[in-house]
Formats: sequence, C-alpha cells, structure tokens
Amino acid sequence: MKSKDSGIDPLMMKSKRKAWSRVKRDYELYLFLLPIVLIYVLFRYYPMYGVQIAFKDFSPSQGIWGSSWVGFQHFIDFFNAYNFWTIIKNTLSLSFLSLVFSFPAPIIIAIMLNQMMSKRFKKFIQTVIYAPHFISIVVLVGMMNVFLSPNSGIINHIITWFGGEPILFMADEDWFRPLYILSGVWQETGFATIIYLAALAGVNPELHEAATMDGANKWKRIWHVEIPGILPTIVILLILALGNIMSIGFEKAFLMQNDLNYATSNIIPTYVYELGIQKAQYSFSTAVGLFNSVINIILIVTVNRIAKKMTETSLW
Amino acid sequence: MNHLLKRKSRGDMWFDVINYFLLTVIMLIVLLPLYFVFIASFSDPNLIYSGEVWFYPKGFTLDGYERIFNDSSIWLGYLNSILYAGVGTFIGVAVTVFAAYPLARKNLVGKSVIMWFLLITMFFSGGLIPTYLLIKDLNMLNTMWALVIPGAGAVFNVIIVRTFFQSSIPDEMWEAASMDGCSNTRFFWSIVLPLSKPIIAVMVLYHVVGFWNGFFDALIYLNDGNKYPLQLVLRNILVQNQVNAGMMVDVESYAAKMRVTELIKYGVIIVSSLPLLILYPFLQKYFVKGVLIGSIKG
Repeated sequence: MKSKDSGIDPLMMKSKRKAWSRVKRDYELYLFLLPIVLIYVLFRYYPMYGVQIAFKDFSPSQGIWGSSWVGFQHFIDFFNAYNFWTIIKNTLSLSFLSLVFSFPAPIIIAIMLNQMMSKRFKKFIQTVIYAPHFISIVVLVGMMNVFLSPNSGIINHIITWFGGEPILFMADEDWFRPLYILSGVWQETGFATIIYLAALAGVNPELHEAATMDGANKWKRIWHVEIPGILPTIVILLILALGNIMSIGFEKAFLMQNDLNYATSNIIPTYVYELGIQKAQYSFSTAVGLFNSVINIILIVTVNRIAKKMTETSLW
Repeated sequence: MNHLLKRKSRGDMWFDVINYFLLTVIMLIVLLPLYFVFIASFSDPNLIYSGEVWFYPKGFTLDGYERIFNDSSIWLGYLNSILYAGVGTFIGVAVTVFAAYPLARKNLVGKSVIMWFLLITMFFSGGLIPTYLLIKDLNMLNTMWALVIPGAGAVFNVIIVRTFFQSSIPDEMWEAASMDGCSNTRFFWSIVLPLSKPIIAVMVLYHVVGFWNGFFDALIYLNDGNKYPLQLVLRNILVQNQVNAGMMVDVESYAAKMRVTELIKYGVIIVSSLPLLILYPFLQKYFVKGVLIGSIKG
C-alpha cells in the first residue's frame, strides 16, 4: 500500500519502462495514426471548441474567443420562437413515421427472400432491389419531380386515366411526409435486407429440420424458428434507429423543400442551414444545432439503457 | 433438405406461390420507375407530356441526349466530380487504412485511448456552423480541399477495416516477421496491403459512391459554378428546373421549353448514373461484403 502511494512500486516502474520500450519499437505505427489524429483534432475537435458561440454573440471580426458571452439567450429565443413547436413536431414526426414504415419492411422482405427455393431468381431480385441504394438523393428527388409533375408526370397520368384530378404532390404540405417516407422505403429497403439475410443464414438448420419433422409448415417455422433466431439483430438495429431519431438527414428534406410545403418540411437541420449558412445568424443556428445534439445524446443513452434492462442486448 | 422438398404440404405450396408473386410485385415496384426514366429519355417529349408513353419508347428521339452532350456545364460537373472522387477517395482510403492497421494490433500502447478519441466524435460534434466557420478561417472555402480532407477517416470505415485486419492478419504473422528483423513499415507494405485487397476494394467503392453522389459539402463550401460537382449541376436542372439557356436556344414557345426540359431531365438522370451503372456488379459484391464485415462489430 505504502509503495503505491509514494509511486515507487518497482513492478509498476518496470511495466512502465516496458511500455515505453514498446512505444519506441512501434513508433512507425504511431506515425500511421498521425494523419487521422491531425484531421480529427482540426476538423472534429476544434469545432467542438467553436460550439461555444452558441452562448455568445459571435461576430467574425472578434473571433470565437473575443465575442461577448450571452449565456442561454439564443436557446431561450429559440424556445420562444413562434415556429419552435412546429419545427420540433415536423422533425419528430418525420423521423418517427420514417422509422415505423422503413424498419419492418426489410425484415419482412428478407424472410420472404430466404424462403425462395430458386437461387437464381432470388439473386436476380436481390440485384434489382439493391440498386436504388446507389442512386443519389438529387436524382431520387429529381425522379419524384418528373413522375409527380401535375401535367406531364406519369403518376398524374394514371390518376387522370382513372378519372381523377391531377394532384400537386411536390407542392402540397400534406404530401411531403408520405413522399419522403415512401421514397425512402423504395430506396433503402432492398439494401437493408442484407443484414437480415445474413442473420437468417446463421439460424441453426437443425432447428428447421426438427420443426419440419414435427410437422410445422413454413408459416409456423418462420414464427417459431426464424424470427426468434434473428431477434437479437432486430433489437440492435432498432436501438440504433431509435437513437438516431433526432439525427434525421438534411439532404432529402432540403431538396424536397419549397415555399408551398414549408409548413411540414421545415425540420431542425434545414432550419439550421437556412439561418446559419443563408442568413449568417451564426450563434443562433449553432444553438439550435447544439440543442439537437444534446437531445440526441440523451436519446441514445436512454434507449441503450432501456434495451439493456429489457433484453440484455445493448450497444455497450 | 432435398428429401423434404418432395413432401411439401398443400399449405406450403400456397405459401410459395404467394411468396413468389409478392416478391415479383416488389421487384417490379423497384424496377419500373428506373425503366420508365430510361425509356422516357428516348421518347418524344410531346408524347410523354400527353401521357402516351407507358411501357416502351414512343417517337424515338436522341434530342435530349444531343442537348445534354452539347452543354458544357454538365461536362464540367462530370470532370469536377471525377476529380473530387479521385482525390477524395485516395486521401480517404489512405487515412482510413493507415489508421486501422495499428488499431488492429493487439498490444499497441494507448490503443483504447486513441479508439475513444475517434469514437467520441460519433456522439458529440461541433455541428454545421462551427465547422463552416473553421473552413472559412482556413481559407478552404471554394476549394476542393474543403470536400476531400475534413471528412477523411470516418470512424465507421476505420472500424470495418480494423475488423478485417483483426480477423485475417493474425498477430503471430507480425511476431514471426519481426523476429526476422522486419520493420512495421515493411510488414505493412509487403504483407498487410497485399492481403487486404478485398477490404481496400470495399473502401474505394464506398468513397467513390459517396463522392459521386454527395452534394451537401459542395453546396455549403463551394460558390463558384465552375467548381460545382455533377450533383449540384443536376440539382439546378432536376430540382430547381433551371436548364441552361444554351440548351434551349432553338426552342421557341414556353410550352415547348417545358417539354424539352422534361426530356432533358430524364436524360441527365441516365447520363449521371451511368458510371455507377457500369460499376454496379462490383458495387453490389463489395458493398454487401462491407455491410457484413461492419455488422460483426455493430
């Protein structure tokens, strides 16, 4: 005990010396790490220092450090802004509804694909449904624009062919969320099946055979063998998705946004962009962004804790 | 399982029929929009407009493609995108692979500290505005470097490559080599890299697709139209309806302009997706591989 307090434990000294000699021997490995460390210090950690402008009145001439403190003023302004609740509601409902529709879809399709006997047809379907994952968001929104155009789009041609009235899909606030979600399901469901197909391939085949011997049909085997088999994968991916519910992407909402659907398409990331980059209200928009990331962290930690308690599956 | 197939019950047979039917419908839902863009890009814009093009091109024309090929902004965007994707992929893959190797070694001193240093950025970040102000202060606005350097070495990619190294290059190999007096650097170049071709292919394709399809960084950091990557040029045409006036000099009426614009839109979707379409067999193979390696640790 005594030697530990005075810091002259001979064993510790020895292991320290040993560690140092290992560092010296492996100095090249630290050089390998140098580029990533420099990039992270400069482009990831320095902006964290810069986030203090959320509590200041930032003016470019005075710099981050020189600008005067205003405390939580920008946060209070944001909470009191006339559109605060609209933005929160838009952000949460968009990501929550996205999750509800896009989370189960790949599970169902992976199970269906896994039941296919014809390997070639299965491969063909996979090739087709993975493809949209590689289409850029700009092209995706562009495709929506041309398909949904009120006078030349094929969707409105179908509607008028059945005797309906053309719908101004892209310029309608009620259509923003359904279009955002459906296009997301169309683009990402196929690719998201990969992970479930891998999990399904890992289900013990003996369980399948035993169930078949006992007279279980396909439907029963899916319920009693396959779904329990991939449940851990489902839980982990659900935790990840729930934790990310406040970090909804900027790109698609931004591209789909216009004056006519602004009432539903104005979400936190597009709001930060609009105020920060377009209107140069640096401090206020940093505060909005910071508010978002704080909620995000709380969400991830909470969801992980709940999952740990309930299922003994967690991220850490 | 083959002997089991033969005594399929009636219920299982119905299950299969419905399953094949539904999967075919799903496949068509994915495929038809892509197919329609393709046939529409060759069709007479007036027939698209009046809703007569459904399952095959009507009034075959290459007019849209001719206008696209004669427009310099699209080609400039193409060249810029190739440049950014090339340089960005090189930097990104190099940073990632160099970082992943030491972190895959079992007894690197300080490994967990460095790992946490990287992982923390997944939870905390300065956000858009502080990063933008930094790029501005560094005089990187309106340069290619703002697109290719700050994002290099994403944690998720480092973890994927590290997982690959851990499972396919055992530490015993290094121990044996170092006994023979091999240095870390030589071991990395002559043993590790040649064994890592599959994971490097995964990383190269991840980066190429990311740079080819990305527009967010360019939107924020570039303001000179001559430096725009393809996706920003596309955004002007597809989303903002701003077709370059040079593509329309011979079109008289407003209504005709509208129709030609639609035709050009279908065409640019095809032209811009062509490189990825050509790469698609590789993309499919290596992206699936990447997802599977990533899921081991995820």
